[in-house]
Amino acid sequence: MSAPVDRVIVANVSRRRFLQGMSLGGLVLAVGYPSIARAQEAKKYGADGMPNGWVDNPLAFVSIAEDGTVTIVCHRSEMGQGVRTGMPMIVADELEADWKRVRVAQATGDEKKFGNQDTDGSRSTRHFFEPMRRCGAAARTMLEAAAAERWKVPVSEVEAKNHEVVHRATGKRLGYGALAKAAATQPVPARETLRLKDPKQFRYIGKGQLKLVDGRDIATGKAQYGIDTRLPGMLYAVVARPPVYGGKVASFDPAEALKVPGVERVVEIEASPPPAHFNPVGGVAVLARNTWAAMQGRRALKITWDDGPNAGYDSTAYKASLEESARKAGKVVRNDGDFTAAAAGAAGRHEAEYYVPHLAHATMEPPAATVRIANGKCEVWGCFQSPQAARDLVAKRLGMSADDVTVHVTLLGGGFGRKSKPDYAIEAAVLSKAVDGKPVKVTWTREDDLHNSYYHTVSVEHLEAGVDGQGKPVAWLHRSVAPTIISTFNPAAKNEAAFELGMGVINVPFAIPNIRIENPEAVAHTRIGWFRSVSNIPHAFAVQSFVAELAAAAGRDPKDFLLEVIGPARQVSPEMLGDTWNHGESPERYPVDTGRLRRVVETAAREAGWGRKLPKGRGLGIAAHYSFVSYIAAVVEVAVDDKGAITVPRVDMAVDCGATVNPDRVRSQMEGACVMGLGIATLGEISFKDGRVQQNNFDAYEVTRMVGTPREIRVHIIPGDYSKPMGGVGEPGVPPIPPALCNAIFAATGKRIRRLPIRDQLTV
Amino acid sequence: MIPLDINGKRQNVDLPGETPLLWTLRDELGLTGTKFGCGMALCGACTVHVDGQPVRSCITPISAVASKKVVTIEAVGADAVGKALQAAWVDKGVPQCGYCQAGQIMSAAALLKRTPKPSETQIDEAMNGNICRCGTYTRIRAAIKQAAAQQGGTR
Repeated sequence: MSAPVDRVIVANVSRRRFLQGMSLGGLVLAVGYPSIARAQEAKKYGADGMPNGWVDNPLAFVSIAEDGTVTIVCHRSEMGQGVRTGMPMIVADELEADWKRVRVAQATGDEKKFGNQDTDGSRSTRHFFEPMRRCGAAARTMLEAAAAERWKVPVSEVEAKNHEVVHRATGKRLGYGALAKAAATQPVPARETLRLKDPKQFRYIGKGQLKLVDGRDIATGKAQYGIDTRLPGMLYAVVARPPVYGGKVASFDPAEALKVPGVERVVEIEASPPPAHFNPVGGVAVLARNTWAAMQGRRALKITWDDGPNAGYDSTAYKASLEESARKAGKVVRNDGDFTAAAAGAAGRHEAEYYVPHLAHATMEPPAATVRIANGKCEVWGCFQSPQAARDLVAKRLGMSADDVTVHVTLLGGGFGRKSKPDYAIEAAVLSKAVDGKPVKVTWTREDDLHNSYYHTVSVEHLEAGVDGQGKPVAWLHRSVAPTIISTFNPAAKNEAAFELGMGVINVPFAIPNIRIENPEAVAHTRIGWFRSVSNIPHAFAVQSFVAELAAAAGRDPKDFLLEVIGPARQVSPEMLGDTWNHGESPERYPVDTGRLRRVVETAAREAGWGRKLPKGRGLGIAAHYSFVSYIAAVVEVAVDDKGAITVPRVDMAVDCGATVNPDRVRSQMEGACVMGLGIATLGEISFKDGRVQQNNFDAYEVTRMVGTPREIRVHIIPGDYSKPMGGVGEPGVPPIPPALCNAIFAATGKRIRRLPIRDQLTV
Repeated sequence: MIPLDINGKRQNVDLPGETPLLWTLRDELGLTGTKFGCGMALCGACTVHVDGQPVRSCITPISAVASKKVVTIEAVGADAVGKALQAAWVDKGVPQCGYCQAGQIMSAAALLKRTPKPSETQIDEAMNGNICRCGTYTRIRAAIKQAAAQQGGTR
């Protein structure tokens, strides 16, 4: 590249001018949405509702060098979902750029410049598809204007096509590199004047033909993750953290640690008392010449801990307390009809309770961050899902302005919600400051990761139903009891928040006249956080298992029964379901569409050969779930041998996430969600005793391996329409898998699993 | 001083002999392609070849590999098997986050050198020590089969 990182287009066009242009347009015109309710001033939805919203400024995202290299900035974090390929692909398509000449640059944490960067909630594509299209279209328009000016012809006579601008009448053409400088002097077009492509003209979007931008670097070991940062003079740190949430160092003796060869410093990190927020939990850090020496030094530390009020946290006792709460009335969060009366008058009654334990993300790359402070500036390198939060919190901890903190986002070796919490960046900042700004890298070991995570909640789901003479539910009660993520920010919080209830407990779109949803209180004793698909996991497990239990009690086919419970195709307002959250999306644009839910059920069933004859010990199970404004159904085929060992030969997943940008990555996300969902169902459990996590490493905290992976995972994507709102992809594949598996086990064996993980529950 | 032969390059490192090969590669020699995942040979992210055998570098002290031939992900593509696997990984779109894939490829390369035409079961068994939290296993299988078939075609 002849003009590296030289934002040629950027020159001469002030951001202020662009912003003035932007303010005229509004979101609607350029995009061709039907009609966004403009009256919704009070409540913002989608990307508008996220901190710092969206930006569609081509000057922030696109630069063209004189050799024609187009550099497109990806502002969302790559953690395996393919966003560094998908986002730039959207820009490149509208830009009419030749993908072979596109380079991808990763944005630093800077939401004022790039818009929201919280890479979570399965929303990168649905929130940024249109802003990225506009970026590409605006840059394309500037190139066309530059060419028209050069040729002294009306801009209507020229057209950008595959990295050059062509004058239709004469066939004259100029490459993007040759036009770059002149294009930079063009005004950024106002949003409402932009001409977006007809989706039929897309060359990359929706085609699934492009390889991953980082694929080769990954396969050759060149890709850079947070843990890979190396700087001259850098010290390597590991931290001994309090084993109990809210605990702190009572006293410590660094003498033996300092004798370990390679150890240079021992530094205490001040404990942050609960609520945890994104703060480090404190502890004692060992800084050394390499990670191994730091680990050896940590081993030699003598620390006495003050465990604090959570020292008694015990998962067995806690489960019993959740069950006790679940059997009594709790806060009513939805009440349609009269459950009590309808259940009393029902022909039959059913009741079941389901349990899902704490889980840890266990990203293959454990948390890691590097900080250097020099000349009043702080630089941070790391694997962050929320780089702006890392920037703000590091600045706050160091007493600096966020403007003086730069956060470089590396690839993330897995995220799953763990890396939304940048506590490890703050640790590195504290340690760098303690050694006069020298670069310090903090690396978490696997034990650290499992012992000091922000865990998936633990929950008991209590369901009751009254059924009519045909076994169809006429009354539905669901009590969900689980410590809330809000407790990580406000220790007084004891009820599930709207966003947790809206993950498949309150918003069941079932054709049942009497529905009562209750949420008894639960007190958190550890850091609760987002884990891929969050509360949808326990809610879908309970709801989709219970529907299958009712089907079995009625002697009905589970798929037909599920469709009947969903009822006819209709659009249901989330607000009618008591869901004020709706994954942050507008209830008008994103109603709950039972027709789409039915269709994924029918598609998964058909593709899986639902009803086919299976040998003894085999069974099919089905489950469907709506989350992250997408609709997914899964059919799991299970084989249970005579010793009770489970294998899963095949899974069929039908996904309706609206139109897709990169269908191959939709598939890969579903495949991965399937594998993770099977691990949650069969193996995964974090448990506490004496306030401490009992699992240390992958021997006790087991995750799915090759042997436990289905021979076939078949993903069936329902075709979408680019004029309709998109859904999420990263998370919604997970929730239907555990209930589909357990329903399959029931079909194969007659045994009903109500407690996860399954582990040896089937062993005979 | 411990003499090491890493990717054909001989060098002496001044570290205690019990230092794991993993941290020597990553922190001292700057070869960060080999990944840390568990520190206990439970996940396979740190897999390298020592005299052609797949080894978990996180539990392998450098004293045990003195003067032996160590090959890492940075150099495994120098031979036909490694190169075919890397190409298949790209072609099949195997990686998601990609963090474990260096270890996966190293395990796969050792498998194909030992067993050029592995069965499904042989693939599953050889790869079972390598965890992928993103769940790319079905594509890993497909990529190994593609690389194996390609090797068969050129032999």
